[in-house]
Amino acid sequence: MRNIVAAALFLLWAAPASSANALEVRLVQCLACHGDKGQSAIPEVPSLGGQPEFYLTVQLLLFRDRLRVVDLMNQMMQGFSNDDLRKLANIIAKLPPPLSAAGATDPDRMEKAQALAEQSRCNFCHNRDYAGEQNVPRLAGQREDYLVKAMREYKHNTRRGYDASMADVLYQISDEQILDLAYFLARQR
Amino acid sequence: MTTRTSAMQRFLRSGTLAGLLVALPAFGQPAPDASKPVPSMQPAPTTVPGRGDIPNAEVAKRLANVAPLPFGATPDQLPTPHLKLPKGFKIEVYASGIPNARSLRIGDKGTVFAGNRLLDKVYAIVDRNGKREVKVIASGMDRPNGLVFHKGTLYIAEGTRISKLENIEDNLDNPGKPVVIYSDFFNSQSHGWKFMGLGPDNMLYVNVGSPCNVCEPPPTTGQIRRISLDGKIAEPVVRGVRNSVGFDWHPVTKELWFTDNGRDWLSEDLPEDELNRVTGNGQHFGFPYCHQGNFTDRETGWGRSCDEFEKPAALLGAHTAALGMRFYTGKMFPSQYKNAIFIARHGSWNRTKKLGGDVIVAYLNKDGGVKSWEPFLTGFLQNNAYIGRPTDVQVMKDGSLLVSDDHAGAVYRVTYGGGAKVAAR
Repeated sequence: MRNIVAAALFLLWAAPASSANALEVRLVQCLACHGDKGQSAIPEVPSLGGQPEFYLTVQLLLFRDRLRVVDLMNQMMQGFSNDDLRKLANIIAKLPPPLSAAGATDPDRMEKAQALAEQSRCNFCHNRDYAGEQNVPRLAGQREDYLVKAMREYKHNTRRGYDASMADVLYQISDEQILDLAYFLARQR
Repeated sequence: MTTRTSAMQRFLRSGTLAGLLVALPAFGQPAPDASKPVPSMQPAPTTVPGRGDIPNAEVAKRLANVAPLPFGATPDQLPTPHLKLPKGFKIEVYASGIPNARSLRIGDKGTVFAGNRLLDKVYAIVDRNGKREVKVIASGMDRPNGLVFHKGTLYIAEGTRISKLENIEDNLDNPGKPVVIYSDFFNSQSHGWKFMGLGPDNMLYVNVGSPCNVCEPPPTTGQIRRISLDGKIAEPVVRGVRNSVGFDWHPVTKELWFTDNGRDWLSEDLPEDELNRVTGNGQHFGFPYCHQGNFTDRETGWGRSCDEFEKPAALLGAHTAALGMRFYTGKMFPSQYKNAIFIARHGSWNRTKKLGGDVIVAYLNKDGGVKSWEPFLTGFLQNNAYIGRPTDVQVMKDGSLLVSDDHAGAVYRVTYGGGAKVAAR
């Protein structure tokens, strides 16, 4: 694994981003952290499996242009053309959805969080099964710690979305509720 | 390296994703109960059983947000062939390939400037004998939506600051770094982008939107504020504003008029967006207590009355997102348009049957109120989906009207009559 990443990193700097080969190299590098079966094993690193292609394209664009600031991701996307972003998103979108969070489920907490999710209309844009669609990401089975991180960032205006809907929704959601929502969503399939 | 890539390809070919999607159970579809007679003419319920205030999944789907094309429209995706105007008017693509083109301003030497909300750039469109070049004059900015051009300087309003580029039209290829003149804004992604205009008092007017759908807005928000050109003086001039993304001053009376976007999630048909006329300093236009001048909010309006607030001059349709507006001060269009207001309605998302997605024109009475309004430029809404979304309008020196489209990433130019020079595409 380490050798593969090292080789990928080497090739990355050796080849221009726009060649097909470089895209594959970059993909390996992506999956080294995000998980090669669509499921991330690293805390606060999101699973990419099952994400809509449109959403992925936009996030890659936001990373490239530093509109979404995560230094490593910003560096990774440098030199990518719009076409590269589209191609990479197209490939990543084919990863299978992640498995939902394991472990005992607290039914009371699930019920409370489901009511909150519906009251906040999460299921409107993210779809009734939380699989996401178009520019709206899949939440079902996402890493719980990443969901917490993302919601906190939206709430505190440190992460920008492609539009402001998440900031609107989270304005009236407390941190405790964020933890509940993440618990519920990570356990959706 | 090679083995890993082919493993990836094998997996991609395996169709795991497709299998999983097919296996998903159909939620929200109760099994038919054979013991009860089925009322054949009964329409399917559109809400969750037992919860009349929650739309069912099918309806909810039509209420999801609408995302613009991240790289703008390709030439064959541009909506112009579908657009309709009153007789005698023509429309052309003035410039395209400007992702998320929003607020428009025109420089003294004819440069057209376009801002961004979702992306980070300010663009300059330069016309050289009908051939147009699009240049990026600022990037890495935070929602640079608000623009003002004044005496050679371009002022740019971002999410939390205003900056300027002096002598911009002479330095389009090397504009330098914008110099910040003001930065005392509440930081919010929600309604945090700015519209900006230059008042008759030579001050910069900026909306400071309410950071929510509906809430008691923090006191430094929910207003239109004016700021001196050096950034040293700042004061609110209009209050009770949810989020205005367009305003202008009447060319004769010099009164400030502004559009305001109504709250979401109340109902399909309420509230309507407002066109407001400011007749005095410090007026309050009702948000979050009173909507469209005639009903109080179900959450924030208790104990309040709409009589406490200024009434709108016109209602512009439910959730239509009335944004950029300008008085028509040109001479190219017929006389009925003189001092009328062109308003870009971005188009609703919070409505299952979409509304707006056009440019309308509002005519004023002799007493200064709104006589009527009607659609002017339509066709962006096709089969309940947008092929473009008008965002701002700007009258050119020759009297033609520019319209920006932040969905397709384009700027269009509307001309009237054969006398006008219509540049070849």
